Amino acid sequence: MTQAYAGLLALVLALPVNAAGVDLAKSSLAFSFRQMGVPVAGSFARFDADVAFNAAEPAKSRATLTVHTASIRLPAPDAVAEAARAAWFDSARHPQARFVASRFTRLADGRYQVSGKLTLKGVSRELSAPFALREAGGTRWLEGSLPISRLAFGVGDGEWRDTDTVADTVELKFRLALAGR
Amino acid sequence: MTTSRYTPALVRLHWLMAALVFATFALGVLVSQLPVSPAMFRLIAWHKWGGVLLFGLVLMRIFVRLRHGAPPLPGTTRRAALRAAHAVHGALYLCFLAVPLAGYFASLAKGFPVVLFGVLPLPAPIGADPMLAGRLALLHSTLAYAFGALVLLHVAAACKHQWLDRDGLISRMAFAPAPSSPKGQP
Repeated sequence: MTQAYAGLLALVLALPVNAAGVDLAKSSLAFSFRQMGVPVAGSFARFDADVAFNAAEPAKSRATLTVHTASIRLPAPDAVAEAARAAWFDSARHPQARFVASRFTRLADGRYQVSGKLTLKGVSRELSAPFALREAGGTRWLEGSLPISRLAFGVGDGEWRDTDTVADTVELKFRLALAGR
Repeated sequence: MTTSRYTPALVRLHWLMAALVFATFALGVLVSQLPVSPAMFRLIAWHKWGGVLLFGLVLMRIFVRLRHGAPPLPGTTRRAALRAAHAVHGALYLCFLAVPLAGYFASLAKGFPVVLFGVLPLPAPIGADPMLAGRLALLHSTLAYAFGALVLLHVAAACKHQWLDRDGLISRMAFAPAPSSPKGQP
């Protein structure tokens, strides 16, 4: 009986935490961009993260992020529907975007930098982003942001290539809660 | 000089706002029919800018109207007509204030702050709130159609004066003739 409870408890505790210890329920992957000069905020509700960050020896860290493109959140419901279409994320053919880190370094200002390959809509590009490690409430947070060119990945194709209506630059903000230690 | 016409600033504001409100209303109706597209994004931005301009202009207009008043109506005007004219004018002023305000807050509640001409961010006292957005959008469109009906009534009354009564009442709102004294210039 006690064993069953312990097993259940372990299961419940383990549920939102993946193998490499990212608390997905607390983590977020948000972005912002401008349309007609208006800042618009959005996020991805579903993503998986496999992160092992070694602050002492950053080079020994690893990270893989898989984003479910259809889980996009935008202020307008019709914009959400539009984002899944072929001109944007083409979520039917490319349900996932993936970032695989290849290099972690420590920056002079105490922050870190991650470099790796982002594959989005069938296009792969090398990216790097500075990020900070912050401890709060017994959780270690990895927080950073980077500008991404949507057109480099063919996101917003055809008539949407016009950057006067929807800007090319999308600021991606990641906030990952590392569970444990 | 006895004033038989509105002060020149009010005349200019009247016709400028008439043109702008017509364009903004047409854009609003058009945008509500369009699918998500770059054209729709552009038109809805122009619609919002039109609304912001109209709101600013009506504040100016109320200020000028309170300062300069309106020319008296002909003594022959019947009481009921006088009351109807005042009621419609008052309601038009209210719509010029309420329709842009409801639209502005609907936009904020939808999660889209308003950036005038794409460069000047305007105050955003409320954040995204989908429930409120739906209510405000309904209020905005309902008031806008009521506004449209009032404008039609206003235009119909002007036409009645022009072609049925033939009393030349519209000259009160006509641009001042060129040879008048230069002190009319603001």
